[in-house]
Amino acid sequence: MEATHALASGTSSLLVWLIALPALGATILLLAGRRSDKWGHLLATALSGASFVVGLVELFKMLSRDGETRGVSQHLFTWINAGSFNVEAGLLLDQLSICFVLLITGVGTLIHVYSIAYMEHDHDRRRFFSYLNLFIAAMLLLVLGDSFLNLYVGWEGVGLASYLLIGFWNQKPAYATAAKKAFVVNRIGDMGLSFAIMIAFTAFGTVSFQGVANHAGPEHKQIMTWMGLALLLAAAGKSAQFPLQSWLGDAMAGPTPVSALIHAATMVTAGVYLITRSNFVFDSAPTAQLMVVIVGVVTLLFGALIGTAKDDIKKALAASTMSQIGYMVLAAGLGPAGYAFAIMHLLTHGFFKASMFLGAGSVMHGMNDEVDMRKFGRLRLAMPITYITFGLGYLAIIGVPPFSGFFSKDKIIEAAFNAGGPRGWIIGFAALLGAAITAFYMTRVMVLTFFGQKRWADEAHPHESPKLMTAPIIILSIGSIAAGALFAFGSSLQHWLEPVVARGFVEGEPALQPIVVSIMALVAVALGVALAYIKYVRVPVEAVAPTNVSIWTRFARRDLLQDAFNEAVFMRPGQYLTRALSFFDRKVVDGAVNGTGALFGGLSVRVRRVQTGYVRTYALLILVGAALILAAMLAARI
Amino acid sequence: MNFVAPVINYSQVLPILIVLGTALLGVIVEAFVARDRRYQIQVPLSIAGLVVAFVWILKIHATTAITAESAVAIDGPALVLQGAIVILGIAGLLLIAERKLDSSGDAFVAQAAAIPGSEAERTATLAKLTQTEVFPLTLFAIAGMMLFPAANDLVTMFVALEVLSLPLYLMSGLARRRRLLSQEAALKYFLLGAFSSAFFLYGAAFLYGYSGSVGFRQIREAIQTNAGNDVFLLTGIALVSVGLLFKVSAVPFHSWTPDVYQGAPTPVTAFMAACTKIAAFGAFARLFYVGLSGARWDWRPMLTVIAIATMVLGALWALTQTDIKRMLAYSSVAHSGFILTGIVATNKAGLSGTLFYLVTYGFTTIGAFAIVTLVRNASGEATHISGYAGLGKRSPWIAMLLSLFLLALAGIPLTSGFVAKFAVFSAAYESGSTVLVIFGVLTSAIAAFFYIRLIVLMFFQDPEEDGPTVAAAPLMTTAAIALCATVTLVLGILPNSLVHVIDAASRFVF
Amino acid sequence: MNLYVPILTIGAIGFGFAAFSIVAAAVTGPKRYNRAKLDAYECGIEPSPQAAGGGRFPIKYFLTAMLFIVFDIEIVFLYPWAVSFDQMGLFGLVEMLLFIGTVFVAYAYVWRRGGLEWD
Repeated sequence: MEATHALASGTSSLLVWLIALPALGATILLLAGRRSDKWGHLLATALSGASFVVGLVELFKMLSRDGETRGVSQHLFTWINAGSFNVEAGLLLDQLSICFVLLITGVGTLIHVYSIAYMEHDHDRRRFFSYLNLFIAAMLLLVLGDSFLNLYVGWEGVGLASYLLIGFWNQKPAYATAAKKAFVVNRIGDMGLSFAIMIAFTAFGTVSFQGVANHAGPEHKQIMTWMGLALLLAAAGKSAQFPLQSWLGDAMAGPTPVSALIHAATMVTAGVYLITRSNFVFDSAPTAQLMVVIVGVVTLLFGALIGTAKDDIKKALAASTMSQIGYMVLAAGLGPAGYAFAIMHLLTHGFFKASMFLGAGSVMHGMNDEVDMRKFGRLRLAMPITYITFGLGYLAIIGVPPFSGFFSKDKIIEAAFNAGGPRGWIIGFAALLGAAITAFYMTRVMVLTFFGQKRWADEAHPHESPKLMTAPIIILSIGSIAAGALFAFGSSLQHWLEPVVARGFVEGEPALQPIVVSIMALVAVALGVALAYIKYVRVPVEAVAPTNVSIWTRFARRDLLQDAFNEAVFMRPGQYLTRALSFFDRKVVDGAVNGTGALFGGLSVRVRRVQTGYVRTYALLILVGAALILAAMLAARI
Repeated sequence: MNFVAPVINYSQVLPILIVLGTALLGVIVEAFVARDRRYQIQVPLSIAGLVVAFVWILKIHATTAITAESAVAIDGPALVLQGAIVILGIAGLLLIAERKLDSSGDAFVAQAAAIPGSEAERTATLAKLTQTEVFPLTLFAIAGMMLFPAANDLVTMFVALEVLSLPLYLMSGLARRRRLLSQEAALKYFLLGAFSSAFFLYGAAFLYGYSGSVGFRQIREAIQTNAGNDVFLLTGIALVSVGLLFKVSAVPFHSWTPDVYQGAPTPVTAFMAACTKIAAFGAFARLFYVGLSGARWDWRPMLTVIAIATMVLGALWALTQTDIKRMLAYSSVAHSGFILTGIVATNKAGLSGTLFYLVTYGFTTIGAFAIVTLVRNASGEATHISGYAGLGKRSPWIAMLLSLFLLALAGIPLTSGFVAKFAVFSAAYESGSTVLVIFGVLTSAIAAFFYIRLIVLMFFQDPEEDGPTVAAAPLMTTAAIALCATVTLVLGILPNSLVHVIDAASRFVF
Repeated sequence: MNLYVPILTIGAIGFGFAAFSIVAAAVTGPKRYNRAKLDAYECGIEPSPQAAGGGRFPIKYFLTAMLFIVFDIEIVFLYPWAVSFDQMGLFGLVEMLLFIGTVFVAYAYVWRRGGLEWD
């Protein structure tokens, strides 16, 4: 990492419009209020589409330039200029961010279209669309910011939009609780990002990507390690990675289009973007990189195991999202060898997971908002389009060639084996195991929903969804068929991203021949599918979840005890400490306090005892303080 | 001995004189105008006086001079802080003048001399008596606050300290509701204030003993030439610091803060939390940057330790508070620690960072307290935090504004608080106080918890059954909140113009 | 060091005097306790019995004391000026008028608001 490279070589005044258009939509819809009920959703969709068109224009302009000069920037204004501390508000569009721009605006626009029909009967549809537009704007700011600080603004913005949308139906208390959980867990992650910014600033005096990249190198290994760990914490919070994964399942309380857009295709992948964007940090910090790999592997297995036991179709998909992002994080942790594959899997995943979520939404739409897969069955006849598109997504996610997931996941497994030494074998086999489990639980979802016997409630009348909903799904499933091959063919995406994430990287001799890895992966997938076939096709499925199940199933149903773990490790000790230390057990506003708060709360109660309310104590305190100051100052001189 | 009349450039001290003059006019109004017309005259009169003072500050904004026989220094920092104090004073006055919120009048007791719970108090309340003296008192306090950061010798500084403190002691005891709490607060504030003033005076005497003068320039020169007895100097610095650290509520001299902030009428709390801090830190900076700068290797370690203790303990204490006024009080303690970080930096960036912090902090604080005045139940303001549960559902606007102020206090980007924190931390880092920066960043993280806890409570919790209601914000309170919110937001997104103004102004004259 | 000798001497004398007085009074003084001796000292007037509210004094005493201080301070400033007003000239006159005017504002307030009426 010796090269001081420019991230951007040209400028473009169009960039701001990418963000401004959806932001404008959100503002108009919020300000116009009920008056825009009639046309608000159309405006929001149009503006999101317009942003996509701007993205396309930028893509073609970018294609007309050479590899090293493709990045463009736009200076907006000088945000802070206080002597030594200088922050510019600027945008940066390079080969990496354009991928995200197109994913966000493209999938985003499709989901806008879908939502027009999905939310038709909701009297707050306009508010929903303003939040969607707000989300698009914030997410674009996140990927276009040219410094950690600008990224942070977008980061908080998508968080805000996400809470607003998870809690959109906040009249149900459970949903509000889910929003709260997402909020608290994400704050822990956000703190990681603010730490990283502070570290960068105190160490290098700059927070721009360019500025920090200029300092990357072995001489700053220690600082980069700390910064990398802080960034990893941030990424784990936003991308629902271990140990901050618990909020994603609950976040499914939001409307299904939200789950598709935010909690599958875009926002949750922001952590992967952060790690890839900060490649210069991680490349100088092997320890942090190793941690990234570990987090990725643990999460990909963790998510996959949870996925095997969920009966709620959205929660099963959420678990799978967690697991697939684990793959991306794993790849990003492999350094220059893996960044491109992380992004590739992210893009293909964006297509197939969004289409599956929208498919799930379509199923729910036809089944009176039922989410329990044990109450589905044989829906392939009732909703053929949903069945076919969901099936294509299914083939993509389990990695059947030539569908997109095959190419991207195969590359990650290959890169994992190539990591070298015993480490390579361990993570390689973990990735293979993950692929097998994925095949198992996705087959289970597929069988339970579309095959087998009818297990519907009597009043359910499954029917295909309107065209406005099926059309976006069809477009997305075209992506899930073709995207992988497109990106993998001739390593096109790898070469495209090379100037940003892997300058001067030369691939070593692979540990295993690619074809061997592909065959192993396919065998793993076949095993997973076969097992699911034995368990769920040969044996009829019960409409009510059986209770006499093995301890492992129970374990997985309870999300591998993640909530119990959080409670036992973070909340309880803090609470006990508070109680033990407090003389007068005044309760801190309960429910709002979380683990760390309680920990410090305990300390706080202890120090609070000084505050007796007596003037004499206060005066004594002042006297003692004065004496100490005096003594210290005189003592220092002697 | 021939008498030579002292030279005073009246134009340069005119803003202070205008405010003082308006206050005197206010007293005359109290004396000669019929009871029921006083309010209608006092409010416009006070605000007009402050506006004229502000206009004059703008007119002399480029002044750099020492006047009144070197008792007063009018320079960039002094004018910036005076301007901020006057504008915040207007916002505070708007809150104090609000009479639409409390069904029985304003936030102040009907007759201060009546014993709480007595027949006389009931009679006065029923007669709808009001205390319009609070307006001239506020103006006297503002005048003292304007002089405090401009004082260029220890005696003037002491006079300014007393001029700003005495009205505040009185105003703290004027709450209409929970009078005993309010009176207790006033008495505590007065006793401890007097106690710490004594320390200040004693320290001033030592500094005089060291240098033979109370003027900052003479003290500075004495230190440079190493003219006196070092023990006198160090003792003087230590004792004078105690007096000033008390005013800015730094640990361990902070203990009055929560009790007084809680007991005082909320509009008064808002006013004094913002303006006293600005004035006291301004004086602090002038004394330590001008008078005592030569001895910085002696006082920097001491202030570093105090800054760390103040940040950490303030944030820890704030965590367990269940009363929003006390929570904000402890948050103000923690913020004193952050501001001290800028002072300890002892460089130009430190001074400009401190000034920027003070200005932004003032607006955020008044805004937050202004919203506290709006959340009420049958017995007045509902200050228990549980009353804020579900506020986001019942009054989304108020909850959003309070969240904005809380986020600014927590230092979240896109609010003014973030820029301010960055400014002081970067100055401290530049000056080599890395420990301070580390503590500052960690404490900011702890502090963020209790601000955000309240936001979570407001937006994600169901309201209590018979919880407090939010009064429809009347005109004057709305104006104050709007001003504060606008400044907080604009300085967060486009802080540059103010940063430049303050950067250019950050030079003490001596 | 000999600079401090006089100060220390004065301190020693002061301390010695205080100690001597207290000890001497305790040793030599007659000890006859009666009602008048045990009562609170109230400037020579008959002490009033404890009020129900916990022994509060009427605010009038306090007001009078405060007003006395205001005018007392005025005299403190007026006196040196009166001694040397011819040297201070017009400047001194104007300043003194401003000062008296300011104090007069306070006086007017007290007067108009009934602070000078005993009942």
